[in-house]
Amino acid sequence: MGKVMTVAENPELVKLEDVWVYRESVAVLEGINLTIKPRDFLGIIGPNGGGKTTLLKVMLGLINPDRGRVLITGKPPAKARDIIGYIPQHSLFDRDFPINVWDVVLMGRYGRAGLFRGYGEHDRNAAEQALRDVSMLELRSRQVGLLSGGEQQRVFIARALVGEPKLLLLDEPTASVDVNTQAEFYELLEKLKERMSIVLVSHDIGAVSIYVDDIGCLNRRLFYHGTKQIDAETLEKTYGCPIHLVDHHHNIISGEPGKG
Amino acid sequence: MPEILQYDFMRNALIAGLLASIACGIVGAYVVTKKMVFISGGIAHAAFGGIGLGYLLGISPVLGALFFTTTAGLGMGLITRRTKLPEDTAIGILWAMGMALGVIFIGLSPGYAPDLFSYLFGNILTVPPSDLLLMLVLDVVIVGITFILYKEFLALSFDEEFSTVIGVPVEALYLLLLGMIALTIVLLIRVVGNILVIALLTIPAALARQFTYNLKKVMLLAILFGALFTFGGLWLSYIFDLASGATIIMLSGTVMMVSFGLSRIRKQPGRAKEITKVKS
Repeated sequence: MGKVMTVAENPELVKLEDVWVYRESVAVLEGINLTIKPRDFLGIIGPNGGGKTTLLKVMLGLINPDRGRVLITGKPPAKARDIIGYIPQHSLFDRDFPINVWDVVLMGRYGRAGLFRGYGEHDRNAAEQALRDVSMLELRSRQVGLLSGGEQQRVFIARALVGEPKLLLLDEPTASVDVNTQAEFYELLEKLKERMSIVLVSHDIGAVSIYVDDIGCLNRRLFYHGTKQIDAETLEKTYGCPIHLVDHHHNIISGEPGKG
Repeated sequence: MPEILQYDFMRNALIAGLLASIACGIVGAYVVTKKMVFISGGIAHAAFGGIGLGYLLGISPVLGALFFTTTAGLGMGLITRRTKLPEDTAIGILWAMGMALGVIFIGLSPGYAPDLFSYLFGNILTVPPSDLLLMLVLDVVIVGITFILYKEFLALSFDEEFSTVIGVPVEALYLLLLGMIALTIVLLIRVVGNILVIALLTIPAALARQFTYNLKKVMLLAILFGALFTFGGLWLSYIFDLASGATIIMLSGTVMMVSFGLSRIRKQPGRAKEITKVKS
């Protein structure tokens, strides 16, 4: 595209080098190597308990790896938080919490506003735009707990987008929404990938493989070839049991992941 | 009620009640929304150690309590954040140790401990003017901090993990919040005593939450309710010649339970309607 390289346009947006994470002396992640470039759209699939959420939390700096290095635009994750947008698995918030849609989304501007400073005109414009992007502007003054599951998810997407991230991390984003909402959601991601890199983890191979550009399989170890092609052998290694593959058009591969 | 206002102690009591309500309304809103009632109870009971220390050293028990509540609050916060000890266990231990220290200190103090009962259960009628000044200063500190850090505390209370991700200094703010709880408890000790403090820290805010989904309004309503409860409790205790602190608590608790009962009857159909409307 002939753009001038800036720090944010560093060719290696995310770099994980031999990352190991242990929980109670059991390895959760083993020797993860991963590079994510600007505008990559990576789906990571794997069984429950395979370390998907842990991997995201490592990139977010919420979990420090026991071994290895994590760099976001060449910096440790804790120093790169202003470029990361995060949509957690199921936001475990108190449904009765006294807060409305607008204030939840504004919260996502914190990294730009900073300590002691109030949210300004710029932040409010960004919040309005983010809410418009997810078609939730009309419900801006509704208390968040009164929204449906799909609407809540859109609010949390807006909260992640409002900070204008370069890297969007999503944890099982379609776990609690119906099929229609899922389709809308992936269409939104299609648009978003023009301006940011996206990492999406899910155990839903079928849905993920249609939309993402690259797929990695994670079960403590990451099987990742930098392409959307996954073969039966990789899936079998990931899930620890043979997976039945159905090859649709566009090389889409779906299967029934072994649960647990 | 005018004739009771002729007395200085009664005017002081009303000022004390108002000053206490400001702190407990604001801090109580966080205690209730962030579900910090148990840790607040722990800090309040640990205050007894400081009251005992005050008697032993011959200084004001309120100052001793201030030292103990802040130490206990920060201690509980750091232990639960940085060690693997479960939060409720850590709170339970410090809760009991604070009270045990109080008993030991009072035992070591020469002679009889005057007014001990008023620190345990409060006596708003004996608040000296010097304490009113201290309460005013603590109120200014609490209001100031909340004003400056409102958006940070809101993020922290709503979603701690996300707050960390967006760079909110979560641990420092949590400890600051515990410090504010500690200050509020000291402020309330004169009014209702350290055993009953937890009621004034939770009831006005919990009641306010039934009427609004806006945290700022929860705070303002909680201040209003706190003031009404202290004034009303004081008045009832004067009429029926009852202990003022305990009467304030009984009035607050009764109103809370009645309101909760009414809201269950009133809210249920309305809320169900709201949800179906959203889904359609």
